[in-house]
Amino acid sequence: MASSIRVRATSNGDITEVQALIQHPMDTGLVKDSKGEVIPAHFIQQLKFECNGKDVFVADWGTAVSKDPYVKFSFKGAKKGDELKISWTDNKGGSDTTTAKIA
Amino acid sequence: MTTTTGPHPTRRLILQGAASVALLGLGNLPFTAAPARAAANDKYPDEAFKQKNEADAIKALYGKTAEPSDKVKLDAPEIAENGGVVPISVTTTLDKVTSISFFVAENPFALAASYRIPDGTLPSVANRLKMAKTTNVTALVEADGKLYSATKEVKVTVGGCGG
Repeated sequence: MASSIRVRATSNGDITEVQALIQHPMDTGLVKDSKGEVIPAHFIQQLKFECNGKDVFVADWGTAVSKDPYVKFSFKGAKKGDELKISWTDNKGGSDTTTAKIA
Repeated sequence: MTTTTGPHPTRRLILQGAASVALLGLGNLPFTAAPARAAANDKYPDEAFKQKNEADAIKALYGKTAEPSDKVKLDAPEIAENGGVVPISVTTTLDKVTSISFFVAENPFALAASYRIPDGTLPSVANRLKMAKTTNVTALVEADGKLYSATKEVKVTVGGCGG
């Protein structure tokens, strides 16, 4: 199965820029479907980026983050070829993990 | 006959006893869970995400208030055509930033996202948020133990709550 996470991590000297796109419905629990039934809340709660055994970025998300969330940040202290580990967990206990090489 | 009526009262008593114990247990839960949350905690800030109002959400997340600062640069569109996907980013020139959070004032729940910025990570985040209607978006930056904010109104032509 293809991963739900797409990451691009590019090194630019000392700074690594990370962009991540995750496939997730991010249902708020406030929207009704065509039959008038509430779609239960289903959203990513925590998204973590680790590099060289250290957390470099942790996101705590609520339901107001858009469907198929996108996030961008930068960090120092990594070089080309280092591995970045990305993992998320949602409110229903779902999760996914992937790794990306810094280019 | 005596054998059928006999066991009933005791069984009922046992059941009642079990039920009240269960109730007590449930009743205690929120109280024991509450003090465990602090701003720098590693846990998911459940309570803060449940607050409807922005001030309550900030209080639940950080336990203090923020002061506006021109060192916090919030980038959000003037007009968002689709409230379901509003690109919002923030950067700051402040030092010792430990977290950045986004609030949408009139969403059903004000807190949208909170990011922890460890040492070595730049204090700059871009993401996309849902907005129910035209309202203020606030970015909060926690730097050196203090809170700084920037606010901008975003006009929403189509709400992000579906329907």
